[in-house]
Amino acid sequence: MKTTELAIVGAGPAGVCAALEAASCGVKVTLIDREEQIGGQLVKQTHKFFGWHEKSAGTRGIVISGDLADQVKANPDICFMGSAEALGYFQDDGVLLLETPVGIQKLKPERLLIATGASEKMILFPGNDLPGVYGAGAVQTLMNVHGVRPGKSVLMIGSGNIGLIVSYQLAQAGVKVAAVVEALPNIGGYAVHASKIRRLGIPIYTRHSIKEAYGTACVEGAIIWQLDDNWQGIAGTEKQLDVDVICLATGLTPLCEFLWQAGAEMAYIPELGGFVPLYDENMETTVEGVYVAGDAACIEEASTAMAEGRLAGLAIAYSLGKVPADEFSRKRAESLKELDELRAGPTSGAIVKGLAVMKEQMRKRVSQ
Amino acid sequence: MSDENTIIVCRCEDVTLGEIRKAIREGATTLDEVKRITRAGMGPCQGRTCRLLVAGEIARYHRKHVSEVLQSRYRPPVKPVKMGDFAALSEEGGNSQEEGGHRQATGGDGQCICGKAVTGK
Repeated sequence: MKTTELAIVGAGPAGVCAALEAASCGVKVTLIDREEQIGGQLVKQTHKFFGWHEKSAGTRGIVISGDLADQVKANPDICFMGSAEALGYFQDDGVLLLETPVGIQKLKPERLLIATGASEKMILFPGNDLPGVYGAGAVQTLMNVHGVRPGKSVLMIGSGNIGLIVSYQLAQAGVKVAAVVEALPNIGGYAVHASKIRRLGIPIYTRHSIKEAYGTACVEGAIIWQLDDNWQGIAGTEKQLDVDVICLATGLTPLCEFLWQAGAEMAYIPELGGFVPLYDENMETTVEGVYVAGDAACIEEASTAMAEGRLAGLAIAYSLGKVPADEFSRKRAESLKELDELRAGPTSGAIVKGLAVMKEQMRKRVSQ
Repeated sequence: MSDENTIIVCRCEDVTLGEIRKAIREGATTLDEVKRITRAGMGPCQGRTCRLLVAGEIARYHRKHVSEVLQSRYRPPVKPVKMGDFAALSEEGGNSQEEGGHRQATGGDGQCICGKAVTGK
């Protein structure tokens, strides 16, 4: 059985930043990703990052991922295992099972970091399995990675940042965005993104949802309608849209399969995206030696994922005796301060509330 | 409602909302029970897409919170894998193929696929 000091599942912003931080402290890292490329979802993000605090503000996601990949490749203490998909974690013997291009392999790490990100939430409506119904991630992959337009005319469901940004990118690619619908009374994403698409004349209907998609072999159109205060459609408010693509940007939920398998204590906290692991100030879950960072811990942005990754990498290095206690305390305090600053904006209100619920459950557990 | 039968909850196994609701009405109270009756969550994605939707339906029917719905186990492997790939896995946890692959993990010649020397333990 082969071993490594730290195995990281997921080479997105959280996993890569954790790898770089841990390796800079002298930890031997095995960084695993099912994709060939380093960067996770960053490779699809052709837009400039927004914000005032982040080091990455004003930089395109794909540029950030290229920079991170260069750093990983140049680091002798990080081995990147691309095209390798984790299949399972066996808590009893601490073994990670991986499907690689040369067959299934077992790896026994001293520490494990789960940075697997998120999966997309789907919503239910008649016709939701017609070809032409896409998740926003797939639309981004098609357009921004492969340069393929998903169709001619799109209905975007969801006005969070992903829905708004993908709508703008669709418009830039010459695809008509017929409408953006949002079930909540307010637009979910940043005003800066909403303004951009409104300036292009794309309507955003709040308190609206899709009633149905129709078509014989694929999507030929959609009907949207207004919602009442109980989330029920109001008859008579239907609007028919000629679209061949329906794009779902209806939220993400943490991908925590390996944390469940590890026996980590989980809690359902809607503000954080669904079932999330309980973890402490070191990003360590309730299972000793098993850590979490990024969207797998809480659905947020790449900038917070990177900061959480650095914090987890530092804490893991400390737990392996690679960092003196005083240096660890100082750097951890800086990291926690950075995370607080990233979450200081008004759009982070729900996250902050959700994290408080998670911390309270963790505190109760420790005191038991 | 006839709409129920045109709404797909589990895309992998083509299970409709109508079928899920029927299973719940007939007594299924956990994700595992709905899964065993309808196959929802037994396809290639192993419930990544439908798990929360099914939990939501159970919670709504029983007027519970989603957190109170018993979750099913996430057994390895998390996605379908060929039996032959498992058969090829030797007791030592590595295999002898040398064309590519991560040699730090496979026990090779001290060099990783990325060309770096493996100086670790």
